[in-house]
Amino acid sequence: MKTYLPPKFIIERDQYRCTQCQACVSQCSFDANYYDAEDDEVRSREENCVGCHRCVVFCPTNAITVRENPSSYRRNESWTHEAIEDIIKQSETGGMLLTGMGTDKGYPIFWDHLLLNASQVTNPSIDPLREPMELTTYLGQKPDMVKLTSDSTDIETEITNQIKLDIPIMLTAMSYGAISLNTQESLARAATEAGTLWNTGEGGLHPSLRKYANNMVAQVASGRFGVHSEYLNMARVVEIKIGQGAKPGIGGHLPGEKVSLDVSATRMIPQGTDALSPAPQHDIYSIEDLSQLIYALKEATNYTKPISVKIAAVHNSAAIASGMVRAGADIIVLDGLRGSTGATPKIIRDNVGIPIELALAAVDERLRKEGIRNKASIVVAGGIRNSGDVTKAIALGADAVYIGTAALIALGCHVCQQCHTGKCAWGICTTNVGLTKRINPNIGTRRLTNLLNSWSLEIKDMLGGMGINAIESLRGNRLHLRGVGLSDTELKILGVRAAGS
Amino acid sequence: MKKLSSAQVNAFNMTTRELSCKLREIVADGSERIEIHNTCGQRYIGTGLGAVQLDIYGTPGNDLGAFMDGAEITVHGNAQDGCGNTMNAGKIIIHGNAGDTLGLSARDGKVFVKGNVGYRTGIHMKEYHAQKPVIIIGGTAQDFFGEYMAGGILVLLGLNLQEGERQKANFIGTGMHGGVIYVRGKVEDFQLGKELGTADLNEEDYDALGKIVNEFASYFGHDAQEILKCKFTKLYPLYLRPYGKLYAY
Repeated sequence: MKTYLPPKFIIERDQYRCTQCQACVSQCSFDANYYDAEDDEVRSREENCVGCHRCVVFCPTNAITVRENPSSYRRNESWTHEAIEDIIKQSETGGMLLTGMGTDKGYPIFWDHLLLNASQVTNPSIDPLREPMELTTYLGQKPDMVKLTSDSTDIETEITNQIKLDIPIMLTAMSYGAISLNTQESLARAATEAGTLWNTGEGGLHPSLRKYANNMVAQVASGRFGVHSEYLNMARVVEIKIGQGAKPGIGGHLPGEKVSLDVSATRMIPQGTDALSPAPQHDIYSIEDLSQLIYALKEATNYTKPISVKIAAVHNSAAIASGMVRAGADIIVLDGLRGSTGATPKIIRDNVGIPIELALAAVDERLRKEGIRNKASIVVAGGIRNSGDVTKAIALGADAVYIGTAALIALGCHVCQQCHTGKCAWGICTTNVGLTKRINPNIGTRRLTNLLNSWSLEIKDMLGGMGINAIESLRGNRLHLRGVGLSDTELKILGVRAAGS
Repeated sequence: MKKLSSAQVNAFNMTTRELSCKLREIVADGSERIEIHNTCGQRYIGTGLGAVQLDIYGTPGNDLGAFMDGAEITVHGNAQDGCGNTMNAGKIIIHGNAGDTLGLSARDGKVFVKGNVGYRTGIHMKEYHAQKPVIIIGGTAQDFFGEYMAGGILVLLGLNLQEGERQKANFIGTGMHGGVIYVRGKVEDFQLGKELGTADLNEEDYDALGKIVNEFASYFGHDAQEILKCKFTKLYPLYLRPYGKLYAY
């Protein structure tokens, strides 16, 4: 069938600069550049271009410019390019539109409507370059009260297992299979070096990454891939995944083509079969059932691991979170509307869930009101783009954040949203052996630790400006936030006053 | 046979946690076989204990042998829901009925049930090389038997059915994409998920089935040959990728 889709991008090659070296041909995994031997000229198949900029970055003479196809349809506010082209795709395939990454729709980003405070005159700001600044974060259940021994030299209260993080930023769940092993190794090593945690995602643990298990969150999701008692007992935290911001309420299908020999060994399923994660966990149909699995995992690890439960941020998150905490979760993870994924139906990604800022504010508020906020730590994920977002999230009530897309961008991702194709030209979201070599774990680790270090410095600067010397003092401290351009209802849900008031 | 050092526990009025601590203690002391009496709803029995023999009298609670790694459990009575959840190795023998989601996501090990089982037995069971879980049911099963099944062997005998009566379960093997199901007696096409093919058993199938049925018969005093005389149907997944055509790229 002839496709009615126009090319999404135009590839312009400056013939004066181009040396016909064919670097763009070998770099493009989508077959958008080719060498015409007859004419001895490098040319493009623009219909294949996804705008990932691999060729742009790797062209030694900067001869390539990739830009959006400027051709436009007759102007129509309702029938946008996207609306038209989605229908064309569906009429040519008959399938659900699949995509990758988080939603690219213009839903409000509340981080950009929240502003942090700073000290002026009435209290001094602190210069983090000269004074100690504490970002250490402890995840896990906190006691209702702390009792000291009679001589006040020690704590009498029994403190349950706490996870110490040097920075309140963790690397989120991305499974081996969805991402390449070199990518996962980069994440694992960076987390270990930075004193934070990485997350296996639902794909088991590759033997080569066992040495990073001490900084690992072992995920248990509906497919239970690679889950066995050794895996659980090696981890620092065990995380039950109920949902994901990019696809709330649905499961996951890792396509058989991505289940290579090595992936099959890690997931412990036959090579080439689809790795199907059912939509629900079939042993969890209620809060009581969740509690049953939480305690099954506690039994399986002899009560040595905090159990985390991750949900997508949805309409009733606050009530659900209350149930999760009462069910025995030590950590609850909220993944917002803008959360990313390796593959999701586009219609789900772009239409289901709520923004993380509102979910976080509602959950923190609810747990405080019920007097159970200390019983679990809150971790938020889904669209954390910079240290400003991290700091605002903590002021809004989060204990820590998970980053995914930001970490992948550090590794080379250009957010072209083709993760689901398995052809990632940057070697991140693929199991194609030729492509996975494009991530060098030594360099990947450095890029990630650099990112985490930059953000740490920035957070310390912001804290110092507020006159705070420990992240603990900012946690849930919404007086340090003011809202701009928000309605009264939004301000009320966020629990934040309007700027100027 | 080497005599196992054994111990007894009276689970009367014990909470789940009390019983599990007690069992851990006994195992740490070197007991290889434990009899648990007056069991009444305590969960997770056998979880996190390693290779130990447990004889359970009374009714164990949900998630019996969840994440189990090598224990051998005999239940002298009925089991509840989630029995053998994500089990990795070991054996569970139930001299009675079992509830829903028996052997959910099991990765290896064997489960023998004398009586009937509830819904979604063997859901998302998987296999990898030599790790191949086996579940055999003497009686009947409820709907979604072998749903999402990705590997292993499920056997449904229906020994308590009348002559010519069909199996009770509907939606058998919905979403199945690996492993095999052997059903004894009558099962109609409408009872099967649309991802399944049916076939007569070949020699290899009879070989595998014979071993399982023999072991089943030895636990519950059945005559294996008598069981195997009846016609079996083999149910297998038609596609490795049942949902491969669902998406547009």
